[in-house]
Amino acid sequence: MQSDWIMGLIGGGLIGLAGALFLLVNGRVMGASGIIGGLVDGSGRHDWAERAALIAGLVMVPALAALALGGAQTNLTGNWAVIIAAGLLVGVGTRLANGCTSGHGVCGISRLSLRGIVATVFYIGAGGLTVVLFRHILGVI
Amino acid sequence: MRAFVAFLTGSLFGLGLLISGMTDTTKVQGWLDVFGTWDPTLAFVMGGAIIPMAIAWRFTIGRKPVLAADFPTPPEPKIGRNLVIGSTLFGMGWGLAGLCPGPALASLSYGGTGGLVFLVAMLAGMILTPGLRLRMDRALAPA
Repeated sequence: MQSDWIMGLIGGGLIGLAGALFLLVNGRVMGASGIIGGLVDGSGRHDWAERAALIAGLVMVPALAALALGGAQTNLTGNWAVIIAAGLLVGVGTRLANGCTSGHGVCGISRLSLRGIVATVFYIGAGGLTVVLFRHILGVI
Repeated sequence: MRAFVAFLTGSLFGLGLLISGMTDTTKVQGWLDVFGTWDPTLAFVMGGAIIPMAIAWRFTIGRKPVLAADFPTPPEPKIGRNLVIGSTLFGMGWGLAGLCPGPALASLSYGGTGGLVFLVAMLAGMILTPGLRLRMDRALAPA
């Protein structure tokens, strides 16, 4: 649908503005996995307040906005094994690679970082192959 | 003050993820699924986000951040084993569920029990990674 593309562009612009604000004011890269990971593995203990504040906004504002818009859906699979395996893979993978879609994708590609570009090629490639395998060949998702 | 800016950052980030449809797993998996009914939305989100970020990076040249001593220095341009293996594992999980770390948090209030279980598994994976990385380094180090 055409409106989906427009909402994608507007929403993407907000994500980019968020990253630009965090970079220009706080001097930090807005990478979701790094910000969360540093809190749970203890490596980000020295700036925990900044991390916690970002996560608070990231959780609370979509919650309020979804309420205002009359609800939102994630349409997540109901297959528990898939959910748990996917969560573990995303957790280990993003921390091992030091970044996810926001850090390597948005913040890395925009500074033409080779690491960001290579990471993005690999996670999109692996994601595409996984969807094809588990949806069209195995019929699990 | 830094925490307040971080809160604003998270707020804009979360609002952007919701509005763009990136907390809807069908749109993410629809973009990855080149053999299905391909959904181009994610490319527009990426493009929309990269443009302001690229301008921001240009703006950092010769300047200092408002509330910090320095801008982050670019990491060594080294493509290591962990970057490739990690990104591949991440991509597999991303494809399976259609969620990555940002949207997993942004959708916490409306993602139901499944979303919560995904988040807990993701956090468990993150906690396990430092130990795992140490073991991999030891196992693959030249004797």
